[in-house]
Amino acid sequence: MINHKETDIAVIGAGAAGLSAGAACASEGVRTLIIDREPLPGGVLLQCIHNGFGLHYFKEELTGPEFAGRMEEKARQAGAEFLMDHTVMEIRNQEDKKELVLYSAEDGVTLVHAKAVIFAAGCRERNRGNLGIPGDRVAGIFTAGLAQRLLNMDGFLPGKKAVIVGSGDIGLIMARRLSWCGIKVETVVEILPHPSGLSRNIAQCLDDFNIPLRLATAVTKIGGSDRVEYVRIAPLVNGEPDLSREETIECDTVLFSVGLIPETELIRNCGVTINPVTNGAVADGNMMTSVPGIFSCGNVLHVHDLVDFVAEESELCAKKAVQYIKGRIKGGSQIPTEAVKNLGYVIPNSALCETTRFYMRPRILCPKAVLTVRNGEEIIYQKNVLHVKPAEMITAELSGEKLQNLPEDAKLSFELEPVEVKS
Amino acid sequence: MEEYDIAIIGSGVTGSATACVLSRYDLRIAVLEKAADVGFGVSKANSGIVHGGFHYPLTTLKGRLEIQGNLMFEKLQYDLDFPFRRCGILVAAFTEEELAIVHKLYLRGVENRVPGIEFCSRERMLALEEKLSSDVMGGLYAPNGGVVEPYRYVFSLSELAKANGAEFFTRYEVVKAVRNQELWELTAVDGRQLRAKWVVNAAGLFADQVSEIFGAEKFRIVPRKGEEYLLDRNSKAYPSKVIFPVPTAHSKGVLVIPTVGGTTMVGPTAEITEDKKDAATTAANMKAIFAMAKNMVPAVSERDLITSFSGSRPSMAGEDFMIAPSEVVPGLIQAAGIQSPGLTASPAVAEYIRDLLKEQGVRMTEKKHLVTSLPQVRMIREASLEEAAALHQENPSWTRIICRCEKISEAEIVNAIRRGHTTVDGIKFYTRAGMGRCQGGFCSYKILKIIARETGMSMEEITKRGRSGNLLFGKITELAEKDEVKS
Repeated sequence: MINHKETDIAVIGAGAAGLSAGAACASEGVRTLIIDREPLPGGVLLQCIHNGFGLHYFKEELTGPEFAGRMEEKARQAGAEFLMDHTVMEIRNQEDKKELVLYSAEDGVTLVHAKAVIFAAGCRERNRGNLGIPGDRVAGIFTAGLAQRLLNMDGFLPGKKAVIVGSGDIGLIMARRLSWCGIKVETVVEILPHPSGLSRNIAQCLDDFNIPLRLATAVTKIGGSDRVEYVRIAPLVNGEPDLSREETIECDTVLFSVGLIPETELIRNCGVTINPVTNGAVADGNMMTSVPGIFSCGNVLHVHDLVDFVAEESELCAKKAVQYIKGRIKGGSQIPTEAVKNLGYVIPNSALCETTRFYMRPRILCPKAVLTVRNGEEIIYQKNVLHVKPAEMITAELSGEKLQNLPEDAKLSFELEPVEVKS
Repeated sequence: MEEYDIAIIGSGVTGSATACVLSRYDLRIAVLEKAADVGFGVSKANSGIVHGGFHYPLTTLKGRLEIQGNLMFEKLQYDLDFPFRRCGILVAAFTEEELAIVHKLYLRGVENRVPGIEFCSRERMLALEEKLSSDVMGGLYAPNGGVVEPYRYVFSLSELAKANGAEFFTRYEVVKAVRNQELWELTAVDGRQLRAKWVVNAAGLFADQVSEIFGAEKFRIVPRKGEEYLLDRNSKAYPSKVIFPVPTAHSKGVLVIPTVGGTTMVGPTAEITEDKKDAATTAANMKAIFAMAKNMVPAVSERDLITSFSGSRPSMAGEDFMIAPSEVVPGLIQAAGIQSPGLTASPAVAEYIRDLLKEQGVRMTEKKHLVTSLPQVRMIREASLEEAAALHQENPSWTRIICRCEKISEAEIVNAIRRGHTTVDGIKFYTRAGMGRCQGGFCSYKILKIIARETGMSMEEITKRGRSGNLLFGKITELAEKDEVKS
């Protein structure tokens, strides 16, 4: 027997993005169903037991589970319905609705019929295999998030002596966490010449524990017969490891914190266009993907640094999805955006003629830079940005007034120019 | 001490296929495997190709057994239900010289009576395979070639052998063999012992060492290492057929393989190594493999890489299979040097070994109650919605998805554990759980918990693939207790 369930908006994912979007939808009075494959709402926040969440959004410092708990409460209060422990197997795009195929031990097969879908499924971690890191396939190699889950939710120690590959935030947080558990963290190895994580995490998680960070360094081999026994590293010279300066670090554990990849397979199989830079969907000014009625927000759209930004973006996405099912969404042409200089990407990929907040990922590291938005030669917007680094997203809000006054064939080009600072 | 008619050392494809054939007869059979699970050696890390039978002349044993083995796969798949697809093989030539070599291969194929073999023009090659580079000059098409999931094939062979009474002993490394009253007395590294009238040496990379333990022929197995790189199932490179380059003297070259599981695989290299346990991949080989694969299929991209692995071919002098009764000691059949096309040849190798034993005087009487097939291995990802709903009625864990990337349910994982696969790799090879793009990042802790629940092992006892490859080192609470004792 196949079960059927109807809703206005189906939110896929009950992490930070899904909970925020679900709460916002439900508070506008539409039937909202939040679906997640895990038994508890909260997503990856549940294993982030450190603090530093919610400073912008809740104006106080919370732990991950606290942030998730508040968002869940908000969604429940607003009347959102939860379907936990259910895996979405497929999204079917039909003319007037979306059909979701769900598998669960509880109900077997369920078809959810929704007017719109908010896709907020988060990311997976890039891993050793994806990078083709040479060496042996032995026990003791974990992604930082998996080690975090095993440690923080199940209480298991992944090893005794660790090397962390990649200086992403989860890796830095885990360096501190492992140290607290008596696991010696030998070093954090980063292939780039600058750290990938937030500055506050470098200070609080590495410097405070005397853990050396090796920049511009590659892992040349993970060795061992059953369990990890050593890691070989070498500094990069002209992009290639200098094997004459290779050194061996004895350890039994290697954690990888080398980036997050949006889990877009479900929407990709449903025809949604993917942005090759973000690996997330191409989203327009309505936070809608290339398939009408499928919206996307949070880390599955593009990887954020702060959960507060995720919440903010997801609420906007929810607002647009509600407008969509009410037939009030703004149609017509939108103003395309592009990142032209020193920026990885700009989200959204096109804008409506209304006040819009843009999110950008810098590609450079400098103390000060000027962000300029142009239409052709004409400067539309300009602002100074301090402490520019790839680890920290830049935002810019353009007023509706400015956007309305643009010609019909306008295109917004975003560029970042470093400024010399007098010492 | 237990007594067996036949002890087979090694449970790779050769040992398991032999056990499967011999278990049809009234014989008591023991299969001794030093690893934690069957097929954990050479058989798990290879290209998974059912070769076409045009690489070697019929004057070689491997040439004869390859073509015979190839012909047996449909029936085996029907009986044993392992993933196999006869998708066909192309050999692509990119220069006039290569084309001349391919023509020779074609003539050999004709001589070997390879069904349907074709020498192809450029246009024919491009019509047969749209993923092929348009630089191709021509090539060969062997429609009888295919792909197989090597570990599942070996698991199936061992399961049918078990169903017919063969006994499998894992973590059983034979270190001593003594001939006593027409019997071999075998001792394992942990002291376990058994006796057997006949022994088959199917020890793969370690066949030379096993031969030495028996005081039999002196030969040397030279590991020839090969690295393979697996691409995501969304890769645009997935071809419709296996694409081979023109072979060299020592290797069939770097292939682009559409695996039965739906991923694309590129490799292998062929590199002589001294260390049999060396299964490391290298940055240089990764670069070389991708360059060669892109040359044939331009859609191959490092961006789609999921993971890589390395395995070694057990090559020996002469490059042919050595399958024969020992001329030095009695009661021993050597099955050594079984490198590629050993997987393809395996069903024929097993029958060949049976015939050798028969010639040696082993009485073969077929069992009265013979199990001839295995129940279907069901997979939730292949079920329709109605079938999935019906499976849920049978057991709710059929619709609890554990591995999201490969869509593997809890029921499939529990089935693998109940069939004796209790390491993380064993479950991965049996079910594909953890084989997808996240490489176990999301599901491995769930799988650990299921193993612990089903086997009664503690989480800390569970290993990746046996021996000392434990995954976890204790609990935080124990650490706190230790601290309290200190203070």
